[in-house]
Amino acid sequence: MTRTSPAVAAVALAIAAFLVAFLIVPVAAVVVTAFADGQGGFTLAHFAAFAQISLMRESFANSLYVAGLTVAFATLIAVPLAYLTVRFQFRGAILIQTLGVLPLVMPAFVGASAMQLLFGRSGSVNLILKDAFGITLPLMEGLNGVIFVETLHYFPFILLNLSAALANIDSSMEESAQNLGSSGWRLFSRIVFPLALPGYVAGASLVFIKVFDDLGTPLVLNVTNMLAPQAYLRVTSIGIEDPIGYVICVILVVFSIAAMAGSWWFVKRRDYAVVSRGGAMAPRRRLTPWQGVLAYGWIAAVLFLVLSPHLGILLLSFSKVWSFTVLPEQFTLAHYATVFEDSTRMIWNTFLYCGLAALFDVIIGTAIAYIVLRTALPGRHLLDHLVTVALAMPGVVLGIGYLRTFRGIELPFGGGALTASWLIFVLAYAVRRLPYALRSCMAALQQVHPSLEEAAENLGANRWRTIRRVVVPLMAGGILAGFVTSFITAAVEISETILLTSRESLAPMSYGIYLYMQSIAGRGPGAALGVIAVVLVAVGTYLSHRFVAANAPQNPTGGKP
Amino acid sequence: MTFPPARRIALALAATLVPLSALADTVTVVTSFPKELTTAYKKAFEARYPGDKLEILNKNTAAGIAYVREQPAGSRPEVFWASAPDAFEVLSSAKLLAKIGPGNPAIPAKVGNYPVNDPEGFYRGQALAGYGLMWNTRYLKANNVPEPKEWADLVKPVYFGHLAISSPSRSGTTHLTVETILQGEGWTKGWAQMLAITGNCAAITERSFGVPDGVSNGQFGIGLVIDFFGLAAKNSGMPVEFVYPSVTAIVPANIALVDGSKSPEGGKRFIEFTLSEEGQTLLLQKEISRLPVLPSIYAKAPAGYPNPFGGKIQAKVNFDSNLSESRYYVVLSMFDQMVTFRHKELVAATKAILDAEKRLGGKPSPALEEARKLVLTPVVDEKQAADKQLLALFKAKKTDAEASKAKAKVEEEWATKVKANYAKAVELANGAK
Repeated sequence: MTRTSPAVAAVALAIAAFLVAFLIVPVAAVVVTAFADGQGGFTLAHFAAFAQISLMRESFANSLYVAGLTVAFATLIAVPLAYLTVRFQFRGAILIQTLGVLPLVMPAFVGASAMQLLFGRSGSVNLILKDAFGITLPLMEGLNGVIFVETLHYFPFILLNLSAALANIDSSMEESAQNLGSSGWRLFSRIVFPLALPGYVAGASLVFIKVFDDLGTPLVLNVTNMLAPQAYLRVTSIGIEDPIGYVICVILVVFSIAAMAGSWWFVKRRDYAVVSRGGAMAPRRRLTPWQGVLAYGWIAAVLFLVLSPHLGILLLSFSKVWSFTVLPEQFTLAHYATVFEDSTRMIWNTFLYCGLAALFDVIIGTAIAYIVLRTALPGRHLLDHLVTVALAMPGVVLGIGYLRTFRGIELPFGGGALTASWLIFVLAYAVRRLPYALRSCMAALQQVHPSLEEAAENLGANRWRTIRRVVVPLMAGGILAGFVTSFITAAVEISETILLTSRESLAPMSYGIYLYMQSIAGRGPGAALGVIAVVLVAVGTYLSHRFVAANAPQNPTGGKP
Repeated sequence: MTFPPARRIALALAATLVPLSALADTVTVVTSFPKELTTAYKKAFEARYPGDKLEILNKNTAAGIAYVREQPAGSRPEVFWASAPDAFEVLSSAKLLAKIGPGNPAIPAKVGNYPVNDPEGFYRGQALAGYGLMWNTRYLKANNVPEPKEWADLVKPVYFGHLAISSPSRSGTTHLTVETILQGEGWTKGWAQMLAITGNCAAITERSFGVPDGVSNGQFGIGLVIDFFGLAAKNSGMPVEFVYPSVTAIVPANIALVDGSKSPEGGKRFIEFTLSEEGQTLLLQKEISRLPVLPSIYAKAPAGYPNPFGGKIQAKVNFDSNLSESRYYVVLSMFDQMVTFRHKELVAATKAILDAEKRLGGKPSPALEEARKLVLTPVVDEKQAADKQLLALFKAKKTDAEASKAKAKVEEEWATKVKANYAKAVELANGAK
């Protein structure tokens, strides 16, 4: 199934042109600093300078350490959640899947400050511990704190991708194994998990790179000895022309591409495609009562932890004064009144920008996945790698790149400057969130066996019809996961947003949350807006799960909670 | 730089979209100030000039500068309004500010020794700010920590682990605090005090707002903050207190007209408004709590409101802004290399010394003395700090590859020395008899 037609080539070229225009050129406009010697020439001296600095080497090691441990802990949380809810008869499975995505909804700096209130030095937990036992736990200190917060924030990447992959496994494999006497851990570790590996690797590599590149969390926790914060600190405090900052960006990009390529190579070594889809024949197994207690207990514990930042934000949004006490002492509804009076426009803006951006992402993501996996177009992997550049670019770099590249471009029909319109948000979000959608689409397509497409074509369907009627419906779960991830992560993006906002009436919710959270008189309205964001996205995610469950053609039983 | 293909694609994309109608003339203000303050000014200004519309763009200072810089002339925002004087220096040296004439004549030219307005006329002081100590009363009570009065109090062992400060390279206000201490106490003694204080810190926060925020919610006991953070938190019911220590500097927060904006006349109107009787009175609102530059306003202030014009706060330090500017980047880098990036090691060394002091119970010990010296001596002495070559190196253009390499080498020397000193101090203190 590897052929190349002019139409495919044209689509690939169009996507490449889009990426070059809205990703490579803006990024290059800024990153060129890393290679410039100040007289218009090319130099590698800045890289040599970077290598001299022991702080940079230490930061690099810290970043690797934090990213590695985060992946390990995120796996511990996500794998049981995904396996239990997808493979067993489980009350509230969709609810749990929805709740599991919630951590992504909260901007890192909001989540981290909420966790400070609960787990920090004088957070609720430590105040109780100190009162009762005279001890405190340094949960939020230094690298530990970063790992703790990042794990809770990013494990949904694994959950989403793994759940989609599990749902796609051919259940006959599992049944054969069960008939041969395999069950429990052995069944999971020898059959189910290996078959779902593309989904897991897609999620885990995203978590790794995301944590490796993440700025918000370390900064809120005041950890500066990591690579991404170093880049950010240098660019924003030493100046936008500081070359070392961009050297770090280049290193982050190279490393991210390497990690992506590594995971891709790892998955590529084996064949994971299955001919039939799982949903049809995979009866959800029952848990024995004993297993049930364990499973519900584990999930309840994990969800409690996962939802703690939301609990913190919820309390904060109703509190008047919360200082050095286990719970707030006075409650009020005034913060919600403020938000509804001032900020309904921002809520609508978020839905408009992020919805369009995510839609854009899954369309391009599906197209790239198809071109990379199903055609022999020369240089097709370049598309994949181009997209990955977006993953490692700090938002502030892309934001400045946009302002620099597109300044002076006027929209037709008196629309004003492109950089002063809402369109710039859609483009920036779409480009920056494209890697998430692409990972999900790739993983979904890897699980569709090409023979299904061959069958369709043998029956006379042309390629377009095959894609539309066979490939895309079979990928629906993965595409939806991609849409949800893109949407949610775009909704909480802050560094680009601050830079690109040219009028308050154009600002999305994340900007509003940031704004309110800077207020010394109380962060109540920011928390209230955060709660509204969480609720809206949760409802959206829940409905989309229901939608997929209801529309899964061969899956009349599954899905309903 | 121009990129025709990118533009063409952007245009083609744009052509397919519904046209967006242009707004009427507005005054756009880029600011880092909190919403309480900007909302109050927006309402008052629009009531005063019904034809004008005020659009507030809240960005942190660094993003604000980048935003103004990257806009083409003709569509820049009208007004830039922020605390850190260095932000205005950056903008004015990039020729992004327009000269505005002398303002309200009732505003004095100087507060203490510090000029209120930019001598070159590019920006004006709009409010005054002093730096001080803010603490959480519940936290101090629960941890049996006494209330501080002076910077020098904070070096005491009883404050170990209870303080917070933000890094001067992240926060213009902290830089001024550090520079004030250095000028008030002298280079060597000032750094020793700074290092002892930061050794007692629980955190060096990344944002200046992180300090008052952490003190308000009880994560930290005491924070070094700009006055309005402390006063506003207290006035909105948080269990916090604020004092000005005797060594403090009062400096203006500024406002400027951006060159190449759409409606400079509107921008000027807003600037004049903020400096008028009406605009200055807004600063007294309890969730704003800033110090007006117009002395007559203090007559309307509630009892106990600090007054820098011969009133309750006395700025003992005559802040020398030329000296501050000449060594700006050296001080920032030194602080980061000695404190921000090595905070874990600094705290460990401080703790080892405190433990040894307790163990020895006041018995003199050369090893302990040596350990103290290793921790509290700045990596660059006063003479080196005034060295023209070193200062020039740190001021060189960031894109100059040779200079950036040389600078990285110097910083690396500092980093290595500091790390070794802290490790050695721990060893000496642990072995002190």
